Amino acid sequence: MARDVWITGIGLISSLGEGTDATWAALQSGGLRDEWSDHESLAPFHIHPIRDLDVSKYIPKRGDQRAMGPFMHYGACAAGMALEQAGIAGEEKLLGETHLIVGCGGGERDEAADQTILEQLDKTNDKGPALNELLLNELRPTLFLAQLPNLFAGNISIVHGVTGSSRTFMGEESAGVDAMRIAFERVQADQGDLFLVGSAFNAARRDILAIYKPGGMIAEGPLAPFWERPQRGMCLGSIGVFLVIEAAPHAETRGVKPIAKLSGILSDRANRKRGSSRQLAEHQWADLKPMMQDAPFGVLSGACGAGSLLREELGFLETMGKNARVRGTGAAWGHGVEAAFPANIALAAIAAQHQSLFPPLSPEQPLERSAAKESISQVLVTQWGHQRGEALGLVEHVDA
Amino acid sequence: MSKKAVAITGIGMITSLGQGKEENWAKLSGGQSGIHRLTRFSIDNMRTTVGGSVDFVDIENLSAPALSHAMARLAILEALGESGLVQDGDFPGQLFLAAPPVEQEWTQRFEFAENVPGDGRSYTDILANMPEDREDLHDDFLYGTIADRLADEFGTQGSPITLSTACASGATAIQLGVEAIRRGSCKAALSVGTDGSMHPESLVRFSLLSALSTDNEDPAATAKPFSVNRGGFVMAEGAAALILEDVDAAKARGATILGYVRGCGEAADTFHRTRSDPSGNAIIRCLESALSDAGMSAADIDYINAHGTGTPENDKMECLAIENVFGEHAAKTPVSSNKSMIGHTLTAAGAIEAAFSLLTLKHQTLPPTINHKEPDPAIPLDVVPNEARTANVKSIMSNSFGFGGQNVCLILSSEPD
Repeated sequence: MARDVWITGIGLISSLGEGTDATWAALQSGGLRDEWSDHESLAPFHIHPIRDLDVSKYIPKRGDQRAMGPFMHYGACAAGMALEQAGIAGEEKLLGETHLIVGCGGGERDEAADQTILEQLDKTNDKGPALNELLLNELRPTLFLAQLPNLFAGNISIVHGVTGSSRTFMGEESAGVDAMRIAFERVQADQGDLFLVGSAFNAARRDILAIYKPGGMIAEGPLAPFWERPQRGMCLGSIGVFLVIEAAPHAETRGVKPIAKLSGILSDRANRKRGSSRQLAEHQWADLKPMMQDAPFGVLSGACGAGSLLREELGFLETMGKNARVRGTGAAWGHGVEAAFPANIALAAIAAQHQSLFPPLSPEQPLERSAAKESISQVLVTQWGHQRGEALGLVEHVDA
Repeated sequence: MSKKAVAITGIGMITSLGQGKEENWAKLSGGQSGIHRLTRFSIDNMRTTVGGSVDFVDIENLSAPALSHAMARLAILEALGESGLVQDGDFPGQLFLAAPPVEQEWTQRFEFAENVPGDGRSYTDILANMPEDREDLHDDFLYGTIADRLADEFGTQGSPITLSTACASGATAIQLGVEAIRRGSCKAALSVGTDGSMHPESLVRFSLLSALSTDNEDPAATAKPFSVNRGGFVMAEGAAALILEDVDAAKARGATILGYVRGCGEAADTFHRTRSDPSGNAIIRCLESALSDAGMSAADIDYINAHGTGTPENDKMECLAIENVFGEHAAKTPVSSNKSMIGHTLTAAGAIEAAFSLLTLKHQTLPPTINHKEPDPAIPLDVVPNEARTANVKSIMSNSFGFGGQNVCLILSSEPD
């Protein structure tokens, strides 16, 4: 018999604000707010930045702060919030049995150093020896560590004292999904009681655009409404998110109340050359459907904003029927890649706890139906990767 | 209480010693080194000029992801051939891939710069002049692409997982497979470690951390694990693939079982980003949890395949942990380092060394720690110095410790219980 899986702590930071309360409050006004996006800093690109994060609250040591770049700061702060809410922060015994699983990328190159090297080598034909010398002079050892994906988890262990275990999944959107899925499956199967799972993404950097722009999905110039965007419709967003995933009996024994129940995470990959994301998603929906009540439910879509995927996912979302209240959260906080799915699971948990959904973000899209005055106790989360990977999760209200 | 063992029915590998397990075992057990002077790129101005790069795989556009993919493929083909576990052209299980973090490299950045008219070379200039129809520049450098391409080719089931626990990654790939089979998520798993990330910047980065040996004179003698004059690790490349199966399922299809994963242990260190807790706390917990998971005691272990990087810090800490966990058995249990011959294959190391451990079981021969001319008096272990040794070996501990405090230990055995 599979054990119940509870969410007992959430840390969430995005362009919408810091913490679950601020995030939920920001969403209540309805529609999108200008301050959630930034069209100037990296123009002609659009980003959803995290502004003015005071990292010292969760990363008190200056040395630790310096050892990390922004995406690690976002993650370490979100992890601190989640541990605090779950009553684990500072509790050595509990931290010793906490398994850390993250899904993240790396990078955050020193853009100025790269520019210097490119300028210096511009007229050099035999670039090899000069490149070696420049790299030895320009690269900072601490920066290398701040660029390694596994050091994201390593730094969280160091800052917060999480010592149970530490694993890092890589691979864009699916990395965030599978980090959650493996924690969920292991709790269900009694392969661990307590997990700290999450991700972070920093959109306010140009080196990441150098990887994404050649893929032909990054938006530039004037933006269309979210669900109507062309293929080049993806705007990246900075997000830090962590959840404490706990076996229900373990939480009960230590007297901790659930925020919500995690009831399913299905993750797979369609061979997009051979089949389609929609077919796979329909199979996933058929698997979860027997768990759905005959009542309005939320659907937080992790759509990345690229037109062809938006259209295909809308086709799938239409098949969910009249009870579905869809919200494309990427319109609000951008596409957080590895962090996108965990962030929507976090938001789904907050909604399930409140037993309500926030107003439509893109009211012009008919599937973003109003949920005003409706009781929402089940929230689905979709995640189709911009390049690969399809996932569907279910979060449910649980009486605390 | 021990948990259920998981069968291994196929292995494949490639290292600087060569391609395939037979060639690799012949050379490894013969005490031969794969470390050589680097020729792939200019070594002018480099502090370290030797490594265990794999230079004999044909690749059109060489990059870390391209070579990592090619080596993983070759290792998987060999492992699948041995296990015979294919149904309707597909692998009936999940893929767990330990792969290096990738990003665009200097080849790509130079190309970007060439596209910019005028003198500007900032990322703003690069982005303004970047082609949008170059899917290769995007997909080739995503973290999930190698696993995606392997999943397409070998028909693995579900969402493939790409992971990193730094130098413990290969062992984590095996641990994830063991867990998935134990909880009934799948009957089989393809656990792979691959690393083809030797390029100028990666060499410089490890140099700047003072992690690499600069003893460049005789490449084959550079890696000196457990010696008093050891000066760091030697960067290297390679890949290994292991086919893991539910024991009953493997027996039911009449598969030849090469060995069993009896237990896996892990623990995270919070002491420092590149150094372990001087008390050895985390690695001791890691070794103990692997033994506990296997339901075994230190006395049941016949040989330890060490992490043995050859850095002053690692070898000292590993010895401390072994002495702590093995007590009176520490001095009697042989411990050797494959890295003395193949270098440190980083992300792939845990998988390659698990594969070598299975070959150790098969041949009942302990591979040596070569270049062990000046023993470290602070390391009173039997390191199987310089020459292989025949031995009765039934159960092996294989250690992997990573930067960032991620430690994994596997217990491999010729018997399931």
